[in-house]
Amino acid sequence: MNDLTLHNHHLKADARTVFGFWIYIMSDCFLFAALFIVYAVLHNNTFGGPSAKDIFNLPFVLVETLILLSSSFTYGLTMLAVHHHRKNTALILIAITILLGLSFVSLEINEFSHLVNEGISWTRSGFLSAFFTLVGTHALHVSLGLLWMFTLMIQIVDRGLSPQILRKLTALGIFWHFLDIIWIFVFTVVYLLGTL
Amino acid sequence: MKFALKALALLIFAVGFCGILYYFTLGHSLGILQPNGVIALQERSLIIISVVLMLLVVVPVVGLSYVIAWRYRAENTSAKYSPEWSHSVLLETVWWMIPIFIICLLAAITWVSSKELDPYRQIIDENPTMTIEVVALNWKWLFIYPKEGIATLNFVEFPKDTPVRFVITADAPMNSFWIPRLGGQIYAMPGMQTQLNLSADTIGDYRGSSANFSGNGFSDMTFVARAVSSEDYATWVTAVQNSDNSLTSSTYEALVKPSESEKIHFYSQVPSGLYDTIIMKYMMPSTQMNGMDMNMTSADMRGI
Amino acid sequence: MNLFGNLTLSAFPHDPIIFGATILMSIVVIAVLSILTVKHRWTWLWKNWITTVDHKRIGIMYLILAFVMMVRGFIDAAMMRGQLAVSAGSAHGFLPPDHYDQVFTAHGVIMIFFVAMPLMFGLINLATPLLIGSRDVAFPFVNSLSLWLAVSGALLLNLSLSIGEFARTGWLAYPPLSELVYSPGVGVDYYIWCIQIAGVGSLLSGINFLVTILRMRAPGMTLMRMPVFVWTTLSAMSLVVIVFPILTVTLALLFLDRFYGMHFFSADFGGNPMMYINLIWSWGHPEVYILILPAFGIFSEVVPVFSRKQLFGYTTMIWATVAITFFSFIVWVHHFFTMGADANVNAFFGIATMIIAIPTGVKIFNWLFTMYRGRITFTTPMLWTMGFISTFTFGGMTGVLMAIPAADFQLHNSLFLIAHFHNTIIGGVIFGYFAGLAYWFPKFFGFKLNEKYGTYAFWCWVIGFFVAFLPIYIVGLMGMTRRLSHYDITTGWQPFLIIAAIGVCIIALGGVFQGIQLYVSFRDRKHNKDLTGDPWDGRTLEWSTSSPPPFYNFAHIPTVHGRHAFWDMKYGEAHMRPQHSSYEDIVMPKNTPLGFIIAAFALVFGFAIVWHITWLCAVALIGIIASVMVRSFDQETEYVVSAETVALIESRRHKTI
Repeated sequence: MNDLTLHNHHLKADARTVFGFWIYIMSDCFLFAALFIVYAVLHNNTFGGPSAKDIFNLPFVLVETLILLSSSFTYGLTMLAVHHHRKNTALILIAITILLGLSFVSLEINEFSHLVNEGISWTRSGFLSAFFTLVGTHALHVSLGLLWMFTLMIQIVDRGLSPQILRKLTALGIFWHFLDIIWIFVFTVVYLLGTL
Repeated sequence: MKFALKALALLIFAVGFCGILYYFTLGHSLGILQPNGVIALQERSLIIISVVLMLLVVVPVVGLSYVIAWRYRAENTSAKYSPEWSHSVLLETVWWMIPIFIICLLAAITWVSSKELDPYRQIIDENPTMTIEVVALNWKWLFIYPKEGIATLNFVEFPKDTPVRFVITADAPMNSFWIPRLGGQIYAMPGMQTQLNLSADTIGDYRGSSANFSGNGFSDMTFVARAVSSEDYATWVTAVQNSDNSLTSSTYEALVKPSESEKIHFYSQVPSGLYDTIIMKYMMPSTQMNGMDMNMTSADMRGI
Repeated sequence: MNLFGNLTLSAFPHDPIIFGATILMSIVVIAVLSILTVKHRWTWLWKNWITTVDHKRIGIMYLILAFVMMVRGFIDAAMMRGQLAVSAGSAHGFLPPDHYDQVFTAHGVIMIFFVAMPLMFGLINLATPLLIGSRDVAFPFVNSLSLWLAVSGALLLNLSLSIGEFARTGWLAYPPLSELVYSPGVGVDYYIWCIQIAGVGSLLSGINFLVTILRMRAPGMTLMRMPVFVWTTLSAMSLVVIVFPILTVTLALLFLDRFYGMHFFSADFGGNPMMYINLIWSWGHPEVYILILPAFGIFSEVVPVFSRKQLFGYTTMIWATVAITFFSFIVWVHHFFTMGADANVNAFFGIATMIIAIPTGVKIFNWLFTMYRGRITFTTPMLWTMGFISTFTFGGMTGVLMAIPAADFQLHNSLFLIAHFHNTIIGGVIFGYFAGLAYWFPKFFGFKLNEKYGTYAFWCWVIGFFVAFLPIYIVGLMGMTRRLSHYDITTGWQPFLIIAAIGVCIIALGGVFQGIQLYVSFRDRKHNKDLTGDPWDGRTLEWSTSSPPPFYNFAHIPTVHGRHAFWDMKYGEAHMRPQHSSYEDIVMPKNTPLGFIIAAFALVFGFAIVWHITWLCAVALIGIIASVMVRSFDQETEYVVSAETVALIESRRHKTI
């Protein structure tokens, strides 16, 4: 089999993978849509406990938001570096993205543990269950994204910027930006509308 | 010939089978097909009309399928054969129109009947509507007569030709309150209230049950719905009021505990606001309940 | 920390029926394992089946899973019918409520998730790549993972029979009954995790086939040239991708309620059980269309072939499919008209439901007019199609009847409802899949199924169906509700329930005939061998390759010029049949055990979380993540089949013809 047909075969397969990943993102959208609906139904069901107004700290969340958004930005820069075949720049940028992602997750853990320590846990009311689950599911996605990013980083170190890596980085990019968009919704629906 | 014999045998079997089924219905309550109240009567008519309308299409179509299958069987080489014929605007339009027409008719029927037979809709009658509060428990039915101040277990009695408004909740998993011969069912849910308006036009005992599975004792969670003359009803109420078996908070607590196949009980006295308390305990912590304005409308499925 | 979590000796069976079932299952498992050992078949099993990524083998394994689970689901059904036939008045039958309640829950879960779904995915796996002229699916590894996740889910469900208990809540586990307060045992946890694991597999399959159909069709096969089965699969898979995440969320929230004391669906603390009912049905209603649409596709393939005539009204058929797909999203409320919603809401959802009858009716007319002026041969696939038309239309009719809210108040939750959906699922889904199995069997096994026993089986199923479910319709009208394990003798229901039990025996006889059919066909396989690869004079691409197809399906990817790709090659103008003098190299995916391994970890995780064995949960999760990473680091996932090998395989085939 000559290299050209093999190359075409791989191009097609790569395009398919990215397309399949888009479909997965669509189904993940439905997963989050369901969680948002659940939150919308339960957001007033405080059963006499604290409501959204009582527990959210908007400036804190704004910092979280900015960190996550800038991680998307650095990821975009990573992809630029990858397309220009600058391996070391790409690695540094990925490392920064991972650090930003980690700080986002730790801030979130901080927020959660703070609430739980004050006795405001998910067992208190339907509203709090929905809040912790929606925001927690997003955080879980971010954490898995970080794990994935870490894996790809090792692969870049190991194998350089091969077409395979490019395909994987593209898919991860879709995922990472998607999580940003979801967070914008979380920020608006849960935090902004909640504290207004 | 062999084929005809087989077909005949099948036909005889089908007719005989239907005959057997018919025979076994004799002498038994036909449930929703044997209505004893205005709601059940209208619901039966609705079912029959809709089925007949649909059979007008379904039976010819199934018949047609046999005719076509027989006529165009491979052995019958005299039948016309057009292997390439696969499209006809006229025919396809026709068979889009047939179901559209029937469904339009049924949709109109649906729209009207949904409003007329809305379980929340009060029945218009010269007799005033009476209210009975229903609580589904694990696994029995508690009926509270708020005006008369009495309560019954697994038994409900009311005068015939009188519209009854059941307001329904549960202190257990979800159940469904159903008296087939008087009319359709509605869910009984904890912390919620639903309503069902029924009336009986004949004196008699009707089988009532839970229609939604709720656990181990569900099968025997039945009750008797008794329609009597208004005189008999008044006598019965007085008799229950004068009995010495009253429903206190502690008897109620005992009732909430799961039990199966409970016998019929009558209670002469009911703590006032018991029904509302049952709903409210699901809506807020008990510490905050004192002094609350118990407004049941917020618990009702429809806020009315 | 407790090494075994909540698992204690008391979880093992005490009940004689369950104990017997456990023993029987163990004997079967031991027997299978020893046969494999004695015959030295372990390597063969590992190399050819467990690690395979070939869509045809995966399809066959799905079918095996479906039939094994069908036996269990059927035994459950027979136990229920047996119980109800005897349990009237003072007699309480042989199943106490806590066992009976598990049986009907398991029956529903098994039949939908572990019989109907695997049957569907099995047929889709077998047929779709061949129908579109492709060598495999888009993601062969994911395909193997999906299969093994389905198997893990099924195994977890069967474990619940021997270790602990299954849910006693009904197959959709409505809260608050399924909450910890009312269901403290592990049953609901088993329920949640067996469906979650299998559900993730279904979702992955949905994505896989969506990409396969949209991106891997043979050159020239435009969307409006796709066989109808491919269209209905495309629709069903779109539904899977959209609604399975909702199921995942719903069950996950129920799990959080039970495991972490959250309050999504509890009656108090601000939970909302009605939300669960809405969520589960916004998956549940599309789910029945996920099952029935591929069956409609099968009829659309079978009818033209056995009528020797083109499918009538291809375009209307496609639009009808798309309409059904769309409307299936906006009808879910008809499952709970009795919850007390406003009359306008109920009427809206009722009318939306009825509208689905329009495209469905159109499809039936199209099939009838495909037969009209044809030359029909009544082989078993065609018999199942006739059986479908005779039963499904009535099931559809009772469905429309129940879409009228005011009528539904009287019919909901009664045995009328049970009869209705068995009428559509047996008459529609099961008959459709049986037609598909008989139709495609020679393609995948290289020999035809015996017609005589197939016909016997067909008649048993059809007659058995009517004998079993007509009485159930009637007792439903008489006011008998579903899920009863005992009833009063004065109701007069008993004769009907006895007749229904007889009907189940007739259906069981049908199943026996199917077993005999399989055996006889296998015994006589030399006589009914399919050498041409085209036993029915088919019209679509799968018949253009050999039976069974080589692992690469097509030596040359066919070029498509019309809707009847293979028919055109055979009977069309001469230039349409491609002549190839040489072969080329083919890239194929390599086998991998990782799908199997990940699914095995998923099974361990499911079991561990059911019994709260924390350390084992962690081990299993790490195992899953590690396996995924191993896969990610693997660069050699494909290999090249040389042109000479292809030439050798093809010439061997041409010699046998």
